[in-house]
Amino acid sequence: MATVTLNKLVKNYGSVPVVHGIDLDVADREFIALVGPSGCGKSTTLRMIAGLEEISGGEIRIGGKVVNDLPPRSRNISMVFQSYALYPHMTVRENMGFSLKIAGKPQAEIDARVAEAARTLSLEQLLDRRPSQLSGGQRQRVAMGRAIVRNPEVFLFDEPLSNLDAKLRTQMRIEIKKLHAKVQSTVIYVTHDQVEAMTLADRIVIMREGHIEQVGTPEEAFRRPATRFVAGFIGSPPMNLQEAEVDDSQLVFANGDKLPLPHQFRDLVTAGRKVVFGLRPDDLYPTGHGIHSGEEAEVHQLDQGVVLTEPLGNETLVFVDFGGREWVSRMLNPKPLCPGEKVRLSFDLSQAHLFDAETGRTLRK
Amino acid sequence: MDANAAHRAKRGVLKAAHLVGLFLAMAFICLPGLWIVLSSLRPTVEIMAKPPVWIPQQLSFDAYVAMFSGVGQGGIPVIEYFRNSIIISVTSTVIALAVGMAGGYAFARYRFPGKSPIFLGFMLTRTVPGIALSLPLFFVYARLGIIDTHFGLILAYVALNVPFTIWLIDGFFRQVPKDLAEAAQIDGCTRWQAFWQVEFPLARPGIASAGIFAFLTSWNEFALASQLTRSTNSKTLPVGLLDYTAEFTIDWRGMCALAVVMIIPALVLTFIVQKHLVSGLTSGAVKG
Repeated sequence: MATVTLNKLVKNYGSVPVVHGIDLDVADREFIALVGPSGCGKSTTLRMIAGLEEISGGEIRIGGKVVNDLPPRSRNISMVFQSYALYPHMTVRENMGFSLKIAGKPQAEIDARVAEAARTLSLEQLLDRRPSQLSGGQRQRVAMGRAIVRNPEVFLFDEPLSNLDAKLRTQMRIEIKKLHAKVQSTVIYVTHDQVEAMTLADRIVIMREGHIEQVGTPEEAFRRPATRFVAGFIGSPPMNLQEAEVDDSQLVFANGDKLPLPHQFRDLVTAGRKVVFGLRPDDLYPTGHGIHSGEEAEVHQLDQGVVLTEPLGNETLVFVDFGGREWVSRMLNPKPLCPGEKVRLSFDLSQAHLFDAETGRTLRK
Repeated sequence: MDANAAHRAKRGVLKAAHLVGLFLAMAFICLPGLWIVLSSLRPTVEIMAKPPVWIPQQLSFDAYVAMFSGVGQGGIPVIEYFRNSIIISVTSTVIALAVGMAGGYAFARYRFPGKSPIFLGFMLTRTVPGIALSLPLFFVYARLGIIDTHFGLILAYVALNVPFTIWLIDGFFRQVPKDLAEAAQIDGCTRWQAFWQVEFPLARPGIASAGIFAFLTSWNEFALASQLTRSTNSKTLPVGLLDYTAEFTIDWRGMCALAVVMIIPALVLTFIVQKHLVSGLTSGAVKG
C-alpha cells in the first residue's frame, strides 16, 4: 500500500500546456476521485501517474519514491481503462493471469490468484470465454479482475464506467466501493461524472483547464465550494448562479430583481462590489415543500411565475424566472403546478454562496 | 400466407441466381489455370488446334518426364531453378516482412517529422513499372558485379516489396487499439514484450497477407529476373520458362508443365497461411 504525491506536476504537448503544475497528496488507502469536464487534464494526470505519459515538469512519488523516470511496469500500479483494453486473443483466465505470467510466477500460484479474483468478482463461470463473448458489464469486471490479481499498491481507474448503461453503472459503482473496502488499496479514480465521484471517493479533486480548483471531501465540495466553477459543477441539478451587485444590504440583479444580502456575508462585502450569487435548488423551494436547513431566520419569500416543471416522482423541479435568468427550485412532496401559475418561493439565504465576479473565488471565510 | 409464399419463392430464385452467378464468375477466373494444367498433359497438335479442342483426346505426363530428364534430352535444369526461386523468394519475403513490420508499426504508432511525405513516397514507388527499372538496375548491378547472384535479386525484390508490406501492415497495426499495448505495459511488459505478446498476435492476419503477397510477387516476377540473371546460378522458374522457346518453335506443352510446377508451391503456401487470415480478431478488445 502506498501514498501518491504530485509535486508541481506539469504536462505540455509541444508548446500547449495541459496540466499547469498541480500539487496533490493522496494518503495510503485513500479513494481519490479526479473529476472535471472533458479536457480538464484529469486523464492526462492519471496517465502520468501510470507512466504512460512523460511528464514535462515536477515530480511524482509513489510510496515516497520518485517514479518520474520509471516505466509503468516498475511502478507497482494497476489500471482499468475506459475501453477495458482486454486482450482479445486470450481467454478471461489468461487475461487475468497475464501480469503474473509476465512476472514469471509459477502456474499454481497464477491459477490460485486468478481463481480468488474471479470469486471476488463472480467471474468463475466466464473464465474460459474470450472478451468478445462477454457483455459490457462482464468485460468491465474482467478488467477489474486483471487489475486486482496483481495486488498493486495503487489502483488507477480511467472513467471505467462511462461505457455502461445507467443501471449497470449504478451497480458497478457499488461493486467498486465494496472492492475498495475489501482490498484496501490506494485508488485514484478519474471520472467526468460528479455523482460517481461523490458516491465513491473519500476526497474529490475538481479540475479545470489543467488546474486544481478544489480538493476536499464530497461534503466539503458540495457545501463549501471554493470557486464558482466547483459550485456549478458539483450537484445535480447544478447550483443557480447569477451575477449581482451589492447595494447596502441588498443584492441587485441585472434586471432589477433584489434579494437581501445573506447574513453571513454582511461584513465581507462592501457596496458596489460585483459578485456571483449562488443558491442550490434544494435551498430554493416552493414554501412548505423544501428541505429546511434549520436556520429559518434567513428565509426570504417571493412570489414567482412558474416557467416549466419537471416531475420526477418523489420531487418536482420547478423552473422560475428570477434575476434575469431561469432558476431551478426543488419541490419535495410535489403538488401539481401549471406553467404561468404563481408560486410562493422560499430562498434559504443561510445556505447561499457568494463568489467574486472576477476571480470566481468564494467570498466565504 | 400468400405473401409469405411469394416471398419464399422470390428468395429461392434469388439464391439460385446468386449461385449461378458465382459459378460463372469462378469458372471465368479458374479457366486459364485449368487450361494450363490441361495443356501440360496434351500433345502440341491439340493445343494449337483451330478451332480449339475442348475435350482432351489423349493425356500423358510426357512433358513432366522430359522436364526432369536432364539437359540434352528435352529437359531443363528445373531443380536448380526451383532452388533459386525458393531461396530468393523466401529470403526476400522474410526481409520484406521484418522491415514491413518495423516500418508499419512505426507509421501506425509514432509521430515523426515528414511522416506523410515518406508514406506517400512509398506509394509512389509502386507506380513505377518493374520493367522500367530493369535497364537502370542492370547498369548499377553490372558495376557492382552482382548480376547473376541471389543477392542481387533478393535486394531488388526486397526493395519492390517493402513499400507494400509497410503500407499493409501499418493498416493492421492501426486497428489494434493503443490501449492494449499500454495495458500490457502496466501488466509488467516492456515495450518489446507488449509488442510480441499483444500487438503482434493481433496484427498477424495482416502480416500473413503481406507475407503471401511478397512471396508471390518474388515467385512470379519475370521482368527484372530476366535481365539480372544469366545462368543456373540464379535463374528463377519464370525465367526458366524461356528455355522452352527456341529460334523458330515454342514448346507450349513443356512451358505449361513448368508453369504447373511453379503454381503448386504458391498454392500450397497460400493454403498454409490462409488459416492465419482470420479477420475480426480484435473484436471484444475495447468497447465500441
